[in-house]
Amino acid sequence: MSAALAAILKRDLKLALRAGGGAGIGVIFFLAVVVIVPFAVGPDLPLLKRIGAAVLWIGALLASLLGLERIFAADHEDGSLDLLFLAPVPLALAAAAKALAHWVATGLPLVVMAPILGLMLGIDARSLVAVTATLVVGTPAVTFIGLLAGALAVTLPRSGLLVAVLVLPLAIPLLIFGVAATDAAVTGEIPFGAPFRLLCAISLFFFVLGPIAAAAALRYARE
Amino acid sequence: MPLSELANPHRFLRLVRVLIPALAMLALVLIGLGLVQGFRAPADYQQGEMVRVMYIHVPSAWIALAAYTLMAIASLGTLVWRHPLADVAAKAAAPIGAAFCLLCLVTGALWGRPMWGAYWVWDPRLTSVLVLFLLYLGVIALWRAIDDPGRAAKAAAILTLVGFINVPIVKFSVEWWSSLHQGASVFRLDGPSIHPSLLQPLLISAAGFVALFFALHLAAMRNEILRRRLRTLGILAAAEAEAR
Amino acid sequence: MDLGPHAGFIVAAYAAAAIIVSALVFWVVIDYRGLERSIAKLEARGAKRRSDR
Repeated sequence: MSAALAAILKRDLKLALRAGGGAGIGVIFFLAVVVIVPFAVGPDLPLLKRIGAAVLWIGALLASLLGLERIFAADHEDGSLDLLFLAPVPLALAAAAKALAHWVATGLPLVVMAPILGLMLGIDARSLVAVTATLVVGTPAVTFIGLLAGALAVTLPRSGLLVAVLVLPLAIPLLIFGVAATDAAVTGEIPFGAPFRLLCAISLFFFVLGPIAAAAALRYARE
Repeated sequence: MPLSELANPHRFLRLVRVLIPALAMLALVLIGLGLVQGFRAPADYQQGEMVRVMYIHVPSAWIALAAYTLMAIASLGTLVWRHPLADVAAKAAAPIGAAFCLLCLVTGALWGRPMWGAYWVWDPRLTSVLVLFLLYLGVIALWRAIDDPGRAAKAAAILTLVGFINVPIVKFSVEWWSSLHQGASVFRLDGPSIHPSLLQPLLISAAGFVALFFALHLAAMRNEILRRRLRTLGILAAAEAEAR
Repeated sequence: MDLGPHAGFIVAAYAAAAIIVSALVFWVVIDYRGLERSIAKLEARGAKRRSDR
């Protein structure tokens, strides 16, 4: 069973990282979003420092949405989705493996980029660690919500915006606790642990709900 | 009447022909009565005449929540019991629920401006209703994106249920979030408990809104059944034209 | 009736309610009429559902 999951993981990673896979574009988009913020609010470093964590979170959230609509649609088009149904693993687990591969290819680079962009926004070292930690926990959950949206939109030709519209309201709790934990690390008014643990709890919740709901959506879409 | 008897669209259409005008009349009478009583009641000692907005604001908030609950139950009906009218009910409820949600937000903003000094404050309750509105729009967008009704029904049902599970989490998060940002400085609505002279018209008006919702909902369900019949007829006509 | 210093907001709230509710009623009625007309047109052309034959 784990061999099959590893095979799915490896295949999706290969597809994402080769030319045309689109893994790198998310990072460029993240960079572009963060770079345009100072042009909008002004080159005011104290202000940027104050809103820096929020900017990084919004940038990472938006960048995580990219490519989610292809997560099952590409497999549907070339027929490999049918093989996924025949795989010797529960469909929910196979879907989770796909989400994990998608996050490693697109979400992990965002997390790696976040501290560098944070430096440009004047965020200090302690908050950089905090914001990176929250992104490590939070962005995979965004991908797992997106897994469901991608499964709902599996047969639709142009569903990028639809997926974004479906994912963003569901991701609000992640954004709240992700930014709150970072702010807690900066101001120290409340301990970092409280919002961070809530963020972890909500992420774990989506790690379970996302694949199960996505598998159900795929089954119904096949009927 | 058992729910299974309603599965027959013909019987359902015959039933709603009677029910829709009856419910519409009931809604008109109840809302009218509620408003007359409500405007005759003395003004609130704190809010003054502004409290009159309550008779539409609070019932629309209730309807917005109830309609989403109805959609979630109907979604279970689609996925688990496969009741043929369940997805019709879910689809018809979405735009109506969204409209009442919007009405709640608009009247709330107009109530908030004189009371709080701002059209919008990021209060947990307001924010939760706003997220509910976004969920409604997402479900409607999904219904519109998939053209096969059966497939759209199942996808929308899953999204509705996931959204329904998420509502408490969103509620908890925004409450936590706004307690962090605003604390005790916020002017909160839940001040003195409501006086009976205000409560009675509110309840009558709310009953009227429920009747109004069901009249609209049944009418929208009828439209949806007719739309599907039209779709089938169109496909049949096209097939026949091809055969000739 | 005296609606106090914020009469404009109260009137606006009721106007919003009237607009939104009548938009819903309008949508439902127009939709119904259009559907009935289209179905009648198709049936006049001889299209029938299998169950009606």
